[in-house]
Amino acid sequence: MLRYLLEKEIKLFFRNPFLPKLVALLPFIALAIFPLVANLDIKDLKIAVIDQDKSPYSRQLVEKVLSSPYFQLSGNFTNYAEAQRSVEDDRSDLIMEIPAYFERDLVKEGNVQVFVAINAVDGMKGGMGGSYLTGILTDFNNNIRAEWIQTPSRLSTPHINVFSAFRFNPTLRYIYFMIPALIVMILAMFSGFLPALNIVEEKENGTIEQMNVTPVKKSTFILSKLIPYWVIGFLIVNVCVLVAWLFYGFWLRGSLLTLYPFTIIFTFTFCGLGLVVSNYANALQQAMIIMFFFITTFIFLSGLFTPFDNMPQWAQVIGNISPLKYIIQVTRMVYLKGAVFTEMLPQFAALCLQAVFFNGWAILSYRKRN
Amino acid sequence: MLKANNISKKYKTVQALSHISFEVGEAEVFGIIGPDGAGKTTLFRILTTLILADEGTATVDGLDVVKDFREIRNRVGYMPGRFSLYQDLSIEENLNFFAKVFNTSVKENYDLVKDIYQQIEPFKKRRAGALSGGMKQKLALCCALIHRPTILFLDEPTTGIDPVSRKELWQMLRRLKEQGITIIVSTPYMDEASLCDRIALIQDGVFLKIDTPDNIVAQFEGTLWGVSADRMSSLLQDLRKEPGVLTAFTFGDTYHVKVDPMKIKKKELATKLEEKGYQEVEIKEIAAGIEDCFMELGVNTKMN
Repeated sequence: MLRYLLEKEIKLFFRNPFLPKLVALLPFIALAIFPLVANLDIKDLKIAVIDQDKSPYSRQLVEKVLSSPYFQLSGNFTNYAEAQRSVEDDRSDLIMEIPAYFERDLVKEGNVQVFVAINAVDGMKGGMGGSYLTGILTDFNNNIRAEWIQTPSRLSTPHINVFSAFRFNPTLRYIYFMIPALIVMILAMFSGFLPALNIVEEKENGTIEQMNVTPVKKSTFILSKLIPYWVIGFLIVNVCVLVAWLFYGFWLRGSLLTLYPFTIIFTFTFCGLGLVVSNYANALQQAMIIMFFFITTFIFLSGLFTPFDNMPQWAQVIGNISPLKYIIQVTRMVYLKGAVFTEMLPQFAALCLQAVFFNGWAILSYRKRN
Repeated sequence: MLKANNISKKYKTVQALSHISFEVGEAEVFGIIGPDGAGKTTLFRILTTLILADEGTATVDGLDVVKDFREIRNRVGYMPGRFSLYQDLSIEENLNFFAKVFNTSVKENYDLVKDIYQQIEPFKKRRAGALSGGMKQKLALCCALIHRPTILFLDEPTTGIDPVSRKELWQMLRRLKEQGITIIVSTPYMDEASLCDRIALIQDGVFLKIDTPDNIVAQFEGTLWGVSADRMSSLLQDLRKEPGVLTAFTFGDTYHVKVDPMKIKKKELATKLEEKGYQEVEIKEIAAGIEDCFMELGVNTKMN
C-alpha cells in the first residue's frame, strides 16, 4: 500500500513545475550567496587623522595604524571640526586625534592621551573598528615600553601580557560560523515547510477527502507524505556539505557520520511540526503564515545570528524549546570543534524529546474526527 | 442496504442535520433533493465515515458507520461534490492509483467501468486537471467504482456540467443499478428527481418527505395555475395580494400559483390583473411537479 502512495507522491513531486527546481537550487544559492553577503569581517575602515604633533613618534603611530589591513586613510586634517565634517559626509568612519606635544609628554611623563571618535551609526562596524584601533594602540604602547626597558635609566615595571588566540576558528571567519547554521536552516525549510504544505494542498484540493474514504490508514497516508521529505532532507544535508567544500574549501573537522543521526532526528522533529501546522490550517496561505511564524521565532531564539547567552533570561528559556538551537550547536560543534557523538548527548536528548513532543502533538491533533 | 436512524449534526451554531431517519433498499436509486446548504453533503460525509454525527446511528451494508468504518470504506464508493482526484496525474494514473489503493486492479473490475471509461479513454494520457467538467465527472465516477462498491454515494454529480453530460450520467446510473449497485445521489435540480426510484426532500437539515417521485407529486393538494404577464417583476407581489391565492413562486418564466378554487376563478384573476394594467396575461391550469411539492412542503414546515 505504502509503495503505491509513495509512487504517487514522487510522481506528483516531479510534476510540480516548481518544487524540484527549488530543491535542487536552494542549497547552492543559499550557501553560495548568503555567507558572502552576511559578512561581518570588517575591513578598509576609513580613518581621518589629525596629527597635531608631527613628531617621529606620532608619525610612527599613524604609520602603524595605516599598515594594518583594517584601516585606510581618508585624509589628514588639521582640526577636529574638519574631520568631523568628513565623518558626517560619510567619507570617514573614525577620527584619531594625536595631541600636540604627544612625543614630549610621552617621553617626559610616560602618559599621553590619544583621542579617538567613532561613527557608531552602524553599531557593528563602529564596535569592531574601535576594538581594532584600541588593539593597535595597545600594541604601539607595548613596543614603546619594550624600547624603554632597554634604556637603563628607567625601571622596568612588571606587567601581564594578554595574548588571545581564537580556538576552532582561528581567523574568526564569519562564514565558518555561518555555514553550519545555514545547512540547518535549509534543512528546516524543507523538512518543515514542504510536508505541511503538501498535506494542506491535499486538503485544499479535496483529494484528502477522497483518500479518507479509501481503506488507506491515516498513519500510512502520513508516512507517505513524510518519507519523501526525509529522503530529500538527507540528500540536502549532503549536498550542502559538498557545496561548502567546493565553494569555500570548508570541510567538517569531525565526522560526517556524527552529523547524520542528529540531522535525521531533527528532520523528524521538523516534519512533526509541519504536520501539526497542517492539521490546524485549512488553506495553503494559513499554513504558510503559521509555518513562517514558527520558523522565524525558532530562528531568532536559536542563536543563529546572535550568541544564545546574550539573550535575556526569558528569551533563553523560550529558546530552549527551539529545535534549531540544538541542531545549530551540533553542526557548529562537529564542523568547527570536531566533536564526537558522546560530547553532544545533551543535544541529542533534547532533539529526541522535541521529536516526541511535536510528533505526539501531530498524532493527537490528527486523530480528531469532528 | 442503508439505515439511518435519528441522525443530527451541529456545526458550532448551525444545525446542519436534525433527526434524519431513512432506509435505502438494495439496488435502489435514492435521491436526496434540496437546495444548497440544506445539509446534503454533511449527511453524505457522515454516511461515508468522514465525520461523526452528534446523535443517531447509521448502518451501511449492515455495518455501523462508527464501529466498522474501516470495513465500510472497502464497500462504498464516494464521489464528492467537488472534483477531488489528483489533478497532476493522468486519467489512467488516477484510475490505477485508486484501484491499487483499494487492493484491486483496473483489469479485475474493468467490466463495471467499461461503458464510462471508454468515453474518456482517448484522453487517458491527459492530466485530470486539464479535462472538461463532464469528463472530470466521468473519471471521478470511474474512480469511485473501480473497487466494485456495493453502495455508491454521489454528491451533486450533475452540478456544473452541461445538459448532455447530465443526461449521460443519469443513464450510467441506471445501468449501475441494473448491476445491483445501490446508489445514493444528491442534487439541487428538481427535474432530476423523477429519475430516482425514491427521493427525500431535504431543507435546513430536515427531511420534508421520503417517497417515490410519483407519490410525492400525487400527494399535492390544491389547484395550481401557471401565470405570466408582461410586467413580471411586480406581478408576483400583486398575485400574493389577491384573496384566494395561497402561494406564488417563481418557476422559470412563469409563476406557479396555488389557489383556492372556491374563492377565485381563472377568468376572475385574469380580469383583475388586466384592471391593474397587466397585458398578455396568461393563466393555465398545470399539474404539480416535484418543485411545487418541495415549495409547498418547505412553506408548511416553516409555518409550523
